[in-house]
Amino acid sequence: MLEIRNLHVTVDDKPILRGLDLEVRAGEVHAIMGPNGSGKSTLAYVLAGREGYVVTQGEIRYMGRDLLALAPEERAREGIFLAFQYPVEIPGVANVYLLKAALNAMRRHRGESELDAVDFLALVKGKLKLMDMDEALLYRAVNEGFSGGEKKRNEILQMAVLEPRLAILDETDSGLDIDALKVVANGVNAMRSPERAMILVTHYQRLLDYIRPDRVHVLALGRIALSGGPDLAQDLERRGYGWVEAEAQKRHAASAGGPG
Amino acid sequence: MGKRSVQLDELISQEYRHGFYTPLDVDDVPRGLSEDVIRVISAKKQEPAFMLEWRLKAFRHWLTMTEPHWATVHHPPIDYQDIVYYSAPRGKADGPQSLAEVDPELLRTYEKLGVPLQERELLAGVAVDAVFDSVSVATTFKEKLGELGIIFCSFSEAVRNHPDLVQEYLGSVVPYTDNFFATLNSAVFSDGSFCYIPPGVRCPMELSTYFRINARNTGQFERTLIIADRGAYVSYLEGCTAPMRDENQLHAAVVELIAREGAQIKYSTVQNWYPGDKDGKGGIYNFVTKRGDCREANSKISWTQVETGSAITWKYPSVILRGDNSVGEFHSVALTNHWQQADTGTKMIHLGRNTRSTILSKGISAGHGSNAYRGLVKVAKSAAGARNYTQCDSLLLGDRCAAHTFPYIEVKNPTARVEHEASTSRIGEDQLFYCQSRGISAEDAVSLIVSGFCKEVFRQLPMEFAVEAQKLLGVSLEGSIG
Repeated sequence: MLEIRNLHVTVDDKPILRGLDLEVRAGEVHAIMGPNGSGKSTLAYVLAGREGYVVTQGEIRYMGRDLLALAPEERAREGIFLAFQYPVEIPGVANVYLLKAALNAMRRHRGESELDAVDFLALVKGKLKLMDMDEALLYRAVNEGFSGGEKKRNEILQMAVLEPRLAILDETDSGLDIDALKVVANGVNAMRSPERAMILVTHYQRLLDYIRPDRVHVLALGRIALSGGPDLAQDLERRGYGWVEAEAQKRHAASAGGPG
Repeated sequence: MGKRSVQLDELISQEYRHGFYTPLDVDDVPRGLSEDVIRVISAKKQEPAFMLEWRLKAFRHWLTMTEPHWATVHHPPIDYQDIVYYSAPRGKADGPQSLAEVDPELLRTYEKLGVPLQERELLAGVAVDAVFDSVSVATTFKEKLGELGIIFCSFSEAVRNHPDLVQEYLGSVVPYTDNFFATLNSAVFSDGSFCYIPPGVRCPMELSTYFRINARNTGQFERTLIIADRGAYVSYLEGCTAPMRDENQLHAAVVELIAREGAQIKYSTVQNWYPGDKDGKGGIYNFVTKRGDCREANSKISWTQVETGSAITWKYPSVILRGDNSVGEFHSVALTNHWQQADTGTKMIHLGRNTRSTILSKGISAGHGSNAYRGLVKVAKSAAGARNYTQCDSLLLGDRCAAHTFPYIEVKNPTARVEHEASTSRIGEDQLFYCQSRGISAEDAVSLIVSGFCKEVFRQLPMEFAVEAQKLLGVSLEGSIG
């Protein structure tokens, strides 16, 4: 579903990703871990198409297409979803209105008819239960005055409504207490399916106690320094990121001067 | 950021759609202003003596006044002797008597603007008075309204056919000495709409005036007078457009509303005069005085305005709350894009006991636009128990526009309660990206955010107008983000 090859990304002319490779197949859940500043969120933003994240080398193929050629909204309509680390507040725009506009934009893109208010509400209410969210949140302005936990749950609610093919969850666990974390994890687990892939970007292993990934990757110095099965996360929790970084540094030094 | 700003600009730069010019044979007066010009205008309109007298008094007073410069707007000096003060499609100086007499070219113009004057084609429930340059060219549904005793006609007609009403109410809210532009209007106003709703009558349809400036170098100075007699109700709509021209044109209108005991007037405006091009060239100077008088107890006047056009907007639709328990409302959306400037707001003058007023102002600035809210809430000593609630919100698109808020509050009665809330927010890159990442295009995201911002005001508009206003806002902002 997703193939990333030799991806180099700069932000404000500063190289952040330096030769990242990653392949994600339908049905898989991948965890991207790594210390702060290793480029995890950059990867998430590049996939979603955020401006200011400049790809200087490499390619990303999604469903066999060149992802980088698509505008952010086109990517979304093609099934890519980013759950934000810091969900954005939009005063004055009701949460339900944004959801409906988003869903109908996607339905139009797929050549389906738009949902009317009645059908749409029925759909959303079902998803609300899944997220253990109060219906009142639908009528509040998007993320405005939401608690940290409400914001994160709102992201997962959007994901549940939009049913993406590839979901990228950027630090969705940060700032959640254990109950909220469980609710979010349940929502994510309920969405796992053979047609859907997920990338969980996380600093801590904690989330992975509730969502068991197929693969775990460690980012260091802008590339994937280490990959493994779900047990790798526990290793990291025990040993920290220092040793992965140190080894990446050594490899980087060895390859310096060689073709980049 | 730089790139985003360029995209913002693109979304904002949408062409003005009403910018065409209709070539017509016109009857006008030479440029400039003098007592002679005023006499000519008055004569062309076959006015009674009291009207000419009033105009001349206004003119003499105007000569002693100077143009005000306290608003946060900037423009080169206006040469008042370089303006044509009267222009009418030829042969229609006294207005056609029926639609059949209206020049077909004119009817086509209004059709192009989406204002059909043929009664059979009209949206059910809207009677239209169309003012083209200096004269009213058509008023629809006159007979039907007449059966209820409602008078809805051009101002010129009212002066001729209902001189008593005109003499009694004209200038009773905005006296000819009021301010520079209102005084100029009093001297030279050429037409406008007149409306009288008799006691106890609820006007069954929306009344509407559609203003169009067509001729070059012409100022439009219309005057609207609406009287709701005891227990009457009327909802009134006003729309405006003009051709695209490189030079600025002056529009100095006056609107007076009078609500008697228990009467209600709802006045809605969608103002879309030509705003000038994206470099700030051309556009209408919209210097307008609008004021309502809740003259007797339990009356209510509410102003709703959506201001998207004009190079400069200078207007403060106000309510004098004279009657006890009277209610004044002001709901406004003002949008400035490119180099447009708006200094707008309201005055709520509380004189009666237990009078209430609500002010809800939404300013949107984009491009190099500048938007100021200026409002006065005045509670006189006599206004025991008066209450006011004011909310002013500003929304900024991009980083070169400006928003200002100037609330003036004067309270002379200790039992009054006055509340003021204000906020400023910006449509940020992160909000747009957030919407885009949900499949919503940047343009749709802007209109989503802007309509969310304006919805409390749009809710006040009659349905058809609300749809129109929403579209207009979308058009006015299109091209601001790519």
